[in-house]
Amino acid sequence: MSFKTNTLAVLAASTIAATSAFAGGHSLSGDLRIFLDTSNPAPRATMEAMIDRFGELHPNLNIETTVIDREAYKTQIRNFLTANTPDVATWYAANRIRPFVEADLFEDVSDLWMEPEIANNLASTKGAMTIDGKQWGVPYTYYQWGVYYREDIFAQYGLTEPTTWEEEKANCQTLLDNGVKCYTIGTKFLWTAGGWFDYLNMRTNGFEFHMDLAQGNVEWTDDRVRATFANWQELIDMGAFIDNHATYSWQEALPFMVNGDAAAYLMGNFAVAPLREAGLSDDQLDFYQFVEITPGIAKAEDAPTDTFHIPANATNKEAAREFLRFVVSAEQQTIINGPDNLGQLPVNAQSAVADDEFLNQGFAMLSSNSPGGVAQFWDRDSGAEMAQASMQGFQEFMVRPERLDSILDRLERTRQRIYE
Amino acid sequence: MFPQPVEKSSAAWRNGYQALLPLALLFWLLPLIGVALFSIKPDTDFANANYWGLPSTLSLAENYSKVFFESDMPRYLLNSVFITVPTVLGAVALSCMTGFALGIYRFRFNILVFFVFVAGNFVPFQILMVPVRELTVNMGLYNTITGLVLFHVAFQTGFCTLFMRNFIRALPRELIEAARVEGVSEIRIFWYVVLPLMRPAIAALSVLIFTFIWNDYFWAVVLTQGPEAQPVTAGITSFNAQYRAAYHLMSAGSLVAALPPVIMFFAMQKHFIAGLTLGAVK
Amino acid sequence: MADASLPQQKSWWRKNQLTLAPFLFLAPGALFFLVYVIFPVFESFQISLYEWNGLGDKEYVGLRNYEELWWDDAFYVSLRNNLIWLVLYLLAIPAGLFIALFLNQNVWGIRLYKSLFFFPFVISQVVVGLVFTWFYDPTFGLFNEVIGVFGLGPVSVLGDDRYVTYGIIAAGLWPQTAYCMILYLTGLNAVDPEQIEAGRLDGAKGWKMLWYVVLPQLRPATFIAFVVTIIGALRSFDLISIMTAGGPFGESRVLAYYMFEVALSEYGFRMGYGAAIAVVLFLIMMVYIAFFLTKMYRDEKGV
Repeated sequence: MSFKTNTLAVLAASTIAATSAFAGGHSLSGDLRIFLDTSNPAPRATMEAMIDRFGELHPNLNIETTVIDREAYKTQIRNFLTANTPDVATWYAANRIRPFVEADLFEDVSDLWMEPEIANNLASTKGAMTIDGKQWGVPYTYYQWGVYYREDIFAQYGLTEPTTWEEEKANCQTLLDNGVKCYTIGTKFLWTAGGWFDYLNMRTNGFEFHMDLAQGNVEWTDDRVRATFANWQELIDMGAFIDNHATYSWQEALPFMVNGDAAAYLMGNFAVAPLREAGLSDDQLDFYQFVEITPGIAKAEDAPTDTFHIPANATNKEAAREFLRFVVSAEQQTIINGPDNLGQLPVNAQSAVADDEFLNQGFAMLSSNSPGGVAQFWDRDSGAEMAQASMQGFQEFMVRPERLDSILDRLERTRQRIYE
Repeated sequence: MFPQPVEKSSAAWRNGYQALLPLALLFWLLPLIGVALFSIKPDTDFANANYWGLPSTLSLAENYSKVFFESDMPRYLLNSVFITVPTVLGAVALSCMTGFALGIYRFRFNILVFFVFVAGNFVPFQILMVPVRELTVNMGLYNTITGLVLFHVAFQTGFCTLFMRNFIRALPRELIEAARVEGVSEIRIFWYVVLPLMRPAIAALSVLIFTFIWNDYFWAVVLTQGPEAQPVTAGITSFNAQYRAAYHLMSAGSLVAALPPVIMFFAMQKHFIAGLTLGAVK
Repeated sequence: MADASLPQQKSWWRKNQLTLAPFLFLAPGALFFLVYVIFPVFESFQISLYEWNGLGDKEYVGLRNYEELWWDDAFYVSLRNNLIWLVLYLLAIPAGLFIALFLNQNVWGIRLYKSLFFFPFVISQVVVGLVFTWFYDPTFGLFNEVIGVFGLGPVSVLGDDRYVTYGIIAAGLWPQTAYCMILYLTGLNAVDPEQIEAGRLDGAKGWKMLWYVVLPQLRPATFIAFVVTIIGALRSFDLISIMTAGGPFGESRVLAYYMFEVALSEYGFRMGYGAAIAVVLFLIMMVYIAFFLTKMYRDEKGV
């Protein structure tokens, strides 16, 4: 009895201690301006609620939040980092931060990463936040990628979750024979094709090679790259992907899966919410890890991480740092990634993962079944220019696979210009 | 009159022509009629692939009230008004003066200055994009209505000057000479003699510029970023991102965005066409 | 002292106002135009000699951006599409003339018909783009329904690199034809009836009448239609941005869009390279500007 009370008291005390330790001994004041790209309704509400909780801890701080359309944000960030700068801004991990780091527009927050709370609990994402040995921000959420599929359609044709490339193709052939496309995809905005390339290349050649290619150290005309495209071409030649995918955005490709015209979608976990909204129950929808292609190569996964940063031109950096500590704390991580909020994976090792079919599978996959490593995503791991050129090439390849040689030659020229 | 008036032709051709008109119009406006139809359908019609049949229920009020009450559309529309009206006022005011200066006075380089205005008016926007964006950012006017208005006023001054100068050229010079002889100052000549005569040109130009600026998309994308300052042309893309694949709402939103210049056109048709076709007849 | 200077100043103004007035009237407009249009043109020329990501420092690279353009496939695709735009966009002129001739009658309700035929022009290109995107949609687009009647399709116009540019141009022709139509309707109004009668007496009919009697009188309208259509074709940006974002795989880009893409889009950070593309576009446009100005200069001299 007394033991129980004690534990509770200790727990409570430690929580209070944790939060007040964050407060840095004296209360924060002034203005704190926060720019968010979480413009979809659910993430927006999640963030605003979290900021309210932060505000309650710091009543003297005047917090001003601006939410910008997610797509528009990607081009506008370069403006507001130089003029009319906020104190905190959202962004993406890995190479997407590089242009701003190189232009001295992000604050070095390595000091935060030395604090034990963060150093111990966020170690797994440290690499994605590091450039030149320093850390430039903190993560607040991440999510798995993989194959989301129609369990009921698989059952109808007697298919099971594949684990090898041969099984994957055999499943696909069965579906095609029954008039169902294997995969839906919308490549109008290119990055969805980047997801396919990530998986095909990581499974064909492994994580190290993939990262080498992303960083411009490997020629695009290399035979190993060709092997990846050859695997891709097998699917294309089968007619595995829906027709006219170049006209659709990723959202516009969802109805094909909802209507049963296509059986699966290689996508990030954020696709689950709209699929459920469109009427698919958890009995109809399931998830499997992308299959093995080259036997023996350690599996690596895409798990893009979204981040918070302090612009170098921010005015209230003290409050901004405090906000970053707050965001990554175990408690807030559990809340904002919870099922009613972002519905994604928390970055803090001490946080609880929401009890959700897909998050559980994703968390298990990333923590125990991804020995090869974790990639951010093609357009975050490679530089902006190379990402643009290559994803355009991927799209072209998916529509006109016979042009592979000219596509690879072009990409190689682009690589040489950028990296040599 | 050319071609031969139908009333002078055979009855068959006359009736045929009268019947052809609505059909031709229907065909001409087909894409738009499709969108109008979409905008009054309920979302279930899209889920059931009932794209081109009759709406299962009429959802006009529901769809449009969503546009007006549950999105940022009213804000975008308001921004468009706040961008368009000052631009019209500014560009017309400036070009009345420049047109007056270039149309009335003879001085060295008159024709050169005039040609610079004309040439600038035809320049591709893209060559201005990077520097104008820099300039606007540096003045702290990025993502403000003011920043967008200043640029629009400047750029439209080129076109307006061409328009006004040619109009003033066609005014009777004797009026101005007479006023000068009587010792009326140049400023008073501008204000009391020339400006009243320019009313039709001002009306025509205002309607034209209203439409041009309302429909601008490129500069809205380059110089603004959010609901605080973006006009409806740029806002509609955010609106569509929010309702992606909700075709009934996107259609309704698009029609709402297109409407103000259409109303302006039908209300001010005479001035609009006068402005647009200036120079089409000698 | 102050008293003495006042009348003196006034008379000085009196004496010089005819010389000074034009410059005072010009000043505000000219200042705006210089700052926002003329200087930036030269600045773009300058920026095109630098490598600059819009964030950090500029690095002078001489003509390297232009050299890179020379080797850039995407640049040639854009240039090719620009040419296709230029040529096909001119179809708006005969199409506009055709509709104008069709509508140039005095029947009941014709004024409303003229307005309704014209009004696609006042709709913003953004909405025109959206309307045509849905019109072409491969799953439910009206376009495929229509060609389906003839046993064709379905075609994914905007997803197919062979059709995409033509599909977008068709969308652009819609408002542009309306514009040309209104120019010709106004022109037809002013055609001299006596000449038509004279032509009739000479036995001219139909095409001959159009070609030898009417068209020469429509010259001013044709000239304006030509100028605005060329300018419109070279400025094509909105439709491409809305309908395809340059895709599929960059096949529908034109210079105006490609320039925006490399400088300001999500992955575009190359201000200098973008400026170089803009300079090329500007030089192409300069040909037409020069043509227009020469014509205007001749007219001025003629008056």
